[in-house]
Amino acid sequence: MMTPVIGLSHFLALAAIMFTLGIFGIFLNRKNVIIILMSIELILLAVNINLVGFSAHLNDLAGQVFALLILTVAAAEAAIGLAILVIFFRNRGSIAVDDVNMMKG
Amino acid sequence: MTLPVFFFYVFAFIAVASALMVISSRNPVHSVLFLILTFLNTAGIFMLAGAEFLALILVVVYVGAVMVLFLFVVMMLDVDFAELKRGALQYMPVGVVIGIIVLVELLMVAGSQFLSPELAAGSVLPFGAGVSNTQALGEVLYTRYVFLFLGAGMVLLVAMIGAIVLTLHHRPNVKRQDISAQVARRPETAVEVVKVKPGQGL
Repeated sequence: MMTPVIGLSHFLALAAIMFTLGIFGIFLNRKNVIIILMSIELILLAVNINLVGFSAHLNDLAGQVFALLILTVAAAEAAIGLAILVIFFRNRGSIAVDDVNMMKG
Repeated sequence: MTLPVFFFYVFAFIAVASALMVISSRNPVHSVLFLILTFLNTAGIFMLAGAEFLALILVVVYVGAVMVLFLFVVMMLDVDFAELKRGALQYMPVGVVIGIIVLVELLMVAGSQFLSPELAAGSVLPFGAGVSNTQALGEVLYTRYVFLFLGAGMVLLVAMIGAIVLTLHHRPNVKRQDISAQVARRPETAVEVVKVKPGQGL
């Protein structure tokens, strides 16, 4: 990659739109934990697009290394989140976030 | 418009449209499938940016493993999703306002960014000429970023153990094989000698 053919602004604008869609999804599906987890995946994907865009623009490999690490953390987060979701459903028979008040002290 | 830019717009449009469908579709199974479409198109964008290894990892790890995990959980849980959707539009105005504010701010930053040429010239890890992306990534990942690599491995290990510990549960009413009890059986505990008087039976 000597000269990046796609401008950095393209990547940044796409990442901004996807980040916003992720945040909007959390508000729109406030009760459904599964969709909230998917919205978090969208947000992390937007961050990855930013890192890869800067990596291509600056001709620097560090951005791709950090995108790889974010991918790892996102996979771990999805696994733990879904495990918590499964045991929550087993205990309550529902996945509505409004019901999460068992931990009140 | 050159061909890479055209394909960037195609991939970006499909990715944004399917991301919109992820958050707005009624059925969570459809949401997962649209999220897979988003990831595939983002992999195409990564490919256009020259990050081939990340694009393929996104397809293999994300679409192949994480999204299938999501699909399993969505289909395993018997949830009344219509009930969850009810009253969801209550937060719509707040979400729209906050979303528009965030989008405008981010686009202002993206549109007005300026990078000095010295920054691009003095990059820390420039791509080697004639080296493939995967090889270049491997050469820095195992040397310069080896501690971050090990840390990522620890994160995955902790996540795996955590997920197993969280979801493992023993049902008390299920009979299980108790190997130590089997091995500890002696003739005294296993065999009982009973004197039977003739003509009486037990």
